[in-house]
Amino acid sequence: MSAWREKMGSAFSALQVDEGALLRWLKLDPWLVFALLLLLGVGAVTVYSASHQSMAQMVNLGARIGMGVVLMLLMARIPPTVYQFWSPWLFAFGVLLLLAVELFGHVGKGAQRWLDLGFMRFQPSEILKLAVPMMAAWYLSLRALPPRPLDILVTLLIIAVPMGLIMLQPDLGTSILVGAAGMFVLFLAGLSWKYIAGFLVALAGLLPLMWQFGLHDYQRQRVITLLDPEADPLGTGYHIIQSKIAIGSGGVSGKGWLNSTQSNLDFLPEGHTDFIFAVFSEEFGLVGVVLLLLLYLFIILRGLYIAVQAPTIYGRLVAGSLSLSFFVYVFVNTGMVTGLLPVVGVPLPLVSYGGTAMVTLMAGFGMLMSIHTHRPFMAASK
Amino acid sequence: MEDEARVRDILLHRAVFAGLVCFFVLAVVVARVVWLQVSAHEHFTELAEKNRTRSEPIPPSRGLIYDRNGILLADNTPSFQVELVPEQVKDMEATLALLGEILALDEDDVERFRKALKNSRPFDGIPLKFNLSEEDIARLAVERPRLPGVEVQARLTRIYPRGALTAHAVGYVGRINEREMESIEHDAYAGTSHIGKTGLERFYEDRLHGRVGSRKLEVDAHGRSLRVLEEQPATPGEDLHLSLDVRLQEAAEAALGDYLGAIVALDPRNGEVLAMVSKPAFDPNLFVNGIRSKDYRALMDNPDRPLFNRALTAAYPPGSTVKPMMGLAGLSYGLITPEWRMFAGPYYQLPNDDHRYRDWRKGGHGWVDLDHAIAQSCDVYFYDLAYRMGIDRLHDFALDFGLGRVTGVDLPGEAAGLVPSKEWKRRSKKQAWYPGETLIAGIGQGYMLSTPLQLAQMTATLAQRGAAFRPRLWRDAPKEALPPVKLAREAWWSAALGGMLHVAHADYGTASKYIGKNAPYLMAGKSGTAQVFTVKQNETYNAKNLSKKLHDHAVFIAFAPFDAPRIAVAVFVEHGSSGSGVAAPMARKVMDTWLLGEAQDKAPATLGMGAGGRE
Repeated sequence: MSAWREKMGSAFSALQVDEGALLRWLKLDPWLVFALLLLLGVGAVTVYSASHQSMAQMVNLGARIGMGVVLMLLMARIPPTVYQFWSPWLFAFGVLLLLAVELFGHVGKGAQRWLDLGFMRFQPSEILKLAVPMMAAWYLSLRALPPRPLDILVTLLIIAVPMGLIMLQPDLGTSILVGAAGMFVLFLAGLSWKYIAGFLVALAGLLPLMWQFGLHDYQRQRVITLLDPEADPLGTGYHIIQSKIAIGSGGVSGKGWLNSTQSNLDFLPEGHTDFIFAVFSEEFGLVGVVLLLLLYLFIILRGLYIAVQAPTIYGRLVAGSLSLSFFVYVFVNTGMVTGLLPVVGVPLPLVSYGGTAMVTLMAGFGMLMSIHTHRPFMAASK
Repeated sequence: MEDEARVRDILLHRAVFAGLVCFFVLAVVVARVVWLQVSAHEHFTELAEKNRTRSEPIPPSRGLIYDRNGILLADNTPSFQVELVPEQVKDMEATLALLGEILALDEDDVERFRKALKNSRPFDGIPLKFNLSEEDIARLAVERPRLPGVEVQARLTRIYPRGALTAHAVGYVGRINEREMESIEHDAYAGTSHIGKTGLERFYEDRLHGRVGSRKLEVDAHGRSLRVLEEQPATPGEDLHLSLDVRLQEAAEAALGDYLGAIVALDPRNGEVLAMVSKPAFDPNLFVNGIRSKDYRALMDNPDRPLFNRALTAAYPPGSTVKPMMGLAGLSYGLITPEWRMFAGPYYQLPNDDHRYRDWRKGGHGWVDLDHAIAQSCDVYFYDLAYRMGIDRLHDFALDFGLGRVTGVDLPGEAAGLVPSKEWKRRSKKQAWYPGETLIAGIGQGYMLSTPLQLAQMTATLAQRGAAFRPRLWRDAPKEALPPVKLAREAWWSAALGGMLHVAHADYGTASKYIGKNAPYLMAGKSGTAQVFTVKQNETYNAKNLSKKLHDHAVFIAFAPFDAPRIAVAVFVEHGSSGSGVAAPMARKVMDTWLLGEAQDKAPATLGMGAGGRE
């Protein structure tokens, strides 16, 4: 207890002398912290407008951001070796929870995704977003790289089991994200281009089969809607039509903050959650969109830089995978909202109003920072 | 260690590659957004605007209709109606069922509602029941929480304070039906539920309707309007001031008594319609918000046909009322002179034909000149005249008097009547003209048909010695002179009109004992009977032995005062039997009211005999 007080004290005194010292003690990456806080700020501002200036939602959002930031701080403090050690356990725990959801899950919005713990509802698939790349990286870091066929098979199995379970819920969006996170590990580990090409061909070949047997009717409908939203303008096409109207009517300079008519007048459903990009585009225009996407690109590239800089294979693979997963989030969401991709329930990361996803992302970034700030020469420089 | 470096190298390459992919993919998203926000910006702005705003029409208030003294004939009155906004009604069937209990709806209401529902625009209230009572409104207020999308609206509804009295002339408005929906300009009628169906309401629809205004509202996705963005007020319809005089109308209506028929009174100096009565009539107020099928059946099944505007659309044989005009034709064609006399026996025969064309007077009239021929309505004189004139000349002359073609009055659906000609018979009957038919036409029978309005128009033309005006109910319509009837000599007019004067005032005049006595002014008239039933060659017409349905129609035309005519009247009484005995006194009552009564244009009556007096 006294040691902790001493540490805190030294941290605070260091703050007065050198602000960098606090960040270093907190094991934070200032660039990422700055970019993430900026993004959260953009999110808060947009959610305020999109939620019809609801103070209650702002309080909720504040609580979640607080939770996310605290979790990030915690995760950043934990050294990567700990993550590496606990990876299989976390993975096993996550898969068990998924099974539990399958057996006792709470049905919400027609899908079984939630586990009711009594005091809070919890979405175990969120854990897998981190646990799958951690597990894959843990496994591959034990093997010779680039991975050999057997290792590839094992890794694919590691990915496929939780992905399949999540798909059963059904939650296509999360299962894609989880699958992608695992696949990025394989990719970064040096999976040969031959395999990648073969995998892509196989995927293309499987698509028609997926279409027939792998997708639920509503998912198939979403794809049809993407191709021809006007076919059912009041039904499934409604979201995408209204979203495009919101974006398109924003123009280059936007209608200004709080002036999204599409959201204010309720034409755009879920304007503060999955479709927040449309509200943002309507209010801040092309200028805002470009700046926002540059901010995202910066975060992604910073993450990839951290991956390249990481001292261990495990750290590199996890950091790279988390960064690319973040990119997938951004692309799947903006692609969906702009009508490039089918409607898949993926929020715009750190901007959409939405519970667990934001917390998980912040935790991921905490881990990313941990990987960056616990490098040996950093420790030495302190 | 070398292996380690190689792995690091692979990862570096992969990471750079992935970074580039991220960059390009996000560039694709930007490109997409550029397309949405720059290339298609206008399109989407329009769509967003369309989402956000709704134009709501502001219906204009319909112009009012007044008689010549400013008495209201068609008024707008606020009434409450219950309307349903289908988008806001949760369960239409349940709502209708509940409303049925509250408001005592009948099948008509519901059926009409369902029809309107099919043609409705989004978020328009569709009326279900009109003229709600205060009790209805109170009951609705109680049930309101159970009735989302049900609203009580105050609207203006048309009422006709004079009801049946002016029904045929004024007409009525009704709800726009599907057929009308196709022909009207939708924008002009946005928000308007009613349209003129008959009478003046229909004829002057454009003038009465006014111009629709509009209100641009901001609405949300649930169709709620949040505020008014722009408003362009409606232009109310123009009021119509008619030449019709309700008091004269009442007098004419009363004069007809229990008879069916029509009376039309014109001001011969300008064509103004002073009265237009068709009996029986109906209550136009029944039609305004959709007539109940029971009421409609009753009107349709009524053998007296109350919906039929006899004044305008009933084509009756004009009978002997055409004789003054025939006389003028004879003078004009040089076939007779005012002094020319012929011996009129009990019947007329064509050469080489044993058919006897009988005179109405069994014993014949003896020697008659034009004056007596008109005053006593001598058939034989006019058989002879018509025979010599020939049907085509007769036809041409009658057309100049406005017979056989529409007068062009400002009412819809006017009948043209018929003046036959050889050409007409060839065309429509594919038959040759028989000389005998000319004789019948000469006394206004046979094929000849005219409407009461046409007879009034002919009478006005006689009164004005040839000057004719298009009949008009709307007083502010410009006076429109029609091509006048021109005769070579003014004396010919005096001769024919003198005969008409003697009809009323000379002892030998057919109507003198009915109307000429004690008249404070001089009038000219002519009686007529129109055969409903053809009497066989060797029988005589005997009213007493015939059922009323077969009695002749009685006709009388008149104008007065004789020297300076201010009113021309045509009276047509179905099955009235006697033009002089039944129709003439009716005409007298109308003229009395106009010239002596409280009605306008009161002038001192001219006493004493006018020109051409013979008594």
